[in-house]
Amino acid sequence: MKVAKKILGVAVGALLLGSVPAMAETIKVGIIGPFSGPFALQGKNFQAGVEAYMALNGKSVKGHEIEVIYRDLPAANPAQSRALAQELIVKDKVQYLGGVYFTPDAMAITPLLKQANTPLVIFNAATSAIMTQSPFVVRTSFTTAQTTTPLGKIAVERGVKKVISAVSDYGPGVDAENAFKKAFEAAGGKVVEAVRMPLNTTDFSPIMQRVRDSGAEAVFAFLPSGPTTLGFVKAYNETGLKQAGIKFFAPGDLTQESDLPALGDAALGLLTTFHYSVSHDSPENKRFVEAATKAIGSVEQLSFPAVGAFDGMHVIYKMIEATDGKQDAQKAVDAVKGMAWTSPRGPVSIDAETRHITENIYLREVAKGPDGKTYNKEIQTFPNQKDPGLATQ
Amino acid sequence: MQTALSIAIDAFAYGMALFIICIGLSLTMGLMRVVNLAHGAFAMIAGYIASYAARDLGLGYAVAIFLAIIGTIVISIPLERLLYRRIYGSPELTQVLMTIGITFCVIGITNYFFGPTLKTIPLPGSLTQPVDVGFRTIAGHRLFVVACGLVVAGGLWFLIERTSFGIKLRATVDNAAMADALGVRTQVVYAISFAIAIGLAALGGVVGAEFLPIEPYYALRYMVTFLVVVSVGGAGSILGAVVACLLLGAVDTTGRYLMPEFGNFFFYAAVIAIVCVFPRGFFGRAQ
Repeated sequence: MKVAKKILGVAVGALLLGSVPAMAETIKVGIIGPFSGPFALQGKNFQAGVEAYMALNGKSVKGHEIEVIYRDLPAANPAQSRALAQELIVKDKVQYLGGVYFTPDAMAITPLLKQANTPLVIFNAATSAIMTQSPFVVRTSFTTAQTTTPLGKIAVERGVKKVISAVSDYGPGVDAENAFKKAFEAAGGKVVEAVRMPLNTTDFSPIMQRVRDSGAEAVFAFLPSGPTTLGFVKAYNETGLKQAGIKFFAPGDLTQESDLPALGDAALGLLTTFHYSVSHDSPENKRFVEAATKAIGSVEQLSFPAVGAFDGMHVIYKMIEATDGKQDAQKAVDAVKGMAWTSPRGPVSIDAETRHITENIYLREVAKGPDGKTYNKEIQTFPNQKDPGLATQ
Repeated sequence: MQTALSIAIDAFAYGMALFIICIGLSLTMGLMRVVNLAHGAFAMIAGYIASYAARDLGLGYAVAIFLAIIGTIVISIPLERLLYRRIYGSPELTQVLMTIGITFCVIGITNYFFGPTLKTIPLPGSLTQPVDVGFRTIAGHRLFVVACGLVVAGGLWFLIERTSFGIKLRATVDNAAMADALGVRTQVVYAISFAIAIGLAALGGVVGAEFLPIEPYYALRYMVTFLVVVSVGGAGSILGAVVACLLLGAVDTTGRYLMPEFGNFFFYAAVIAIVCVFPRGFFGRAQ
């Protein structure tokens, strides 16, 4: 009992200490991401984005030194995510939380934010609903609905009337299926069949047979990046669907730059929509790619989470500037509402109502560059896209 | 009808790819009584070697396969001498713990040296061409995989049933002490069988890479599938492994075509049913 009281005392003391405003001392930012395990590359991209931003913009704001603390969360694990966030808040006394790759992890952190008086800037987790969980969440990535919706119009414009959708059977896959169906049918097309594939599918030829039998003119696909995407795209080529003229539409997760070398020529001609490609032609992006490549080691490993982290740090810097180093989540979040800037991905802004990023969505075609390497060539721009998932709520 | 044929041919190719990878594991488990969970790790090592040889050094596909098999066996020799030799005849738990440890080490090392991204093994032009088989096209390498599977099955059957090495191997498996007493050098027999099993894992890893792409978590991702195939077929039985691979490949492929949203339900339902009726697998020996 005595021991319990003592521990309680220490805990309360720690909390009290945590709420004392910092006077021009180091401001800590806690970043949670997958830095090891199967998704380590995405975590590395978080880190590269953060380091690139700090290299280009300095390590302090208004005289407040900024220290970044990384915490490793190898796979989606809400309980551990919450524990890590708690530890960062109580023990490390961070003023800002950032990162988070998977939606369930973000969902687990949101209930802590109000009590901890800490804003969370999401660098990736892409489900619309996260934003409604807490007023202290700001997001600088994208949602699947946001990147997918323009595809509906594109497909119809390219003369496609009947589409079969094939998505991996998990949250983001279902999101993509619904977003595409809604946009495509609004534009006058018809989704003739919707196939949900188990996540651990390795041989996709039976799915391709389904596509062929459905009589659709195009296939809309969504799969998590990595081995499954590779298998799917290969099967699409090898079963002769490509030669048969069946078109292939997908959100850009499928052709992210770090996967392109493995996909090779099989990916040529795939049409994807996304908010960022490493090859985006702008001076901001050149600067970013250069700095981020230095941080990550090789440009081939660079992909979209890095830009989410880069802009996330931009938002956090702005918050620190607005609060002048004091811990005030409400003031910090208010300061970035409506904020607009030019990101490496193009012009962006934080929507004042939803706190989600408004950005251009690009239609890209996988093409071969002069150096023989494949890249995502931007061929059409859909400016200032909000998240349709949130707009309808 | 055309659809059924088409699914059948896909199932056959997938089953054969599984067979080439799993038969080595079936041999180690059935003949040497070692539960080698690191089997997939050796297949993965071979995949990395082949990818390096073919992609970075620009060598031909056949050369890459050859280098991968030799390289993987060379890597496995010190492991056999220093680690595996200690666990022949140990309780299964010891074997499982050690081999899964090896698996994690291999994952960590490959992740460190080759990075977490996918590695492909470029195929020669003749294998990437879709081949017209009358009612549809099928990728050339799938036919190649089927051919490899048939050659491996036939070759192994001949080796174990028809050669003097096969006789010694079977004698060692049945009663190592007696075989030793009769002048069979059981240590050598074990070493050679281990090398053959690893070589087959390597071959499977390389030619099966189009089905199961090479990345650091390969060794863990497909471990359960490999173990299931071996236990359904009956450890140590070549015919059993062939039947298990073809049957499970067919169930999996058909289920995936008809009702993809059911996921692996049909696969595991079939496994449960088979193991209920044949607790030792189709052709497992009583122990």
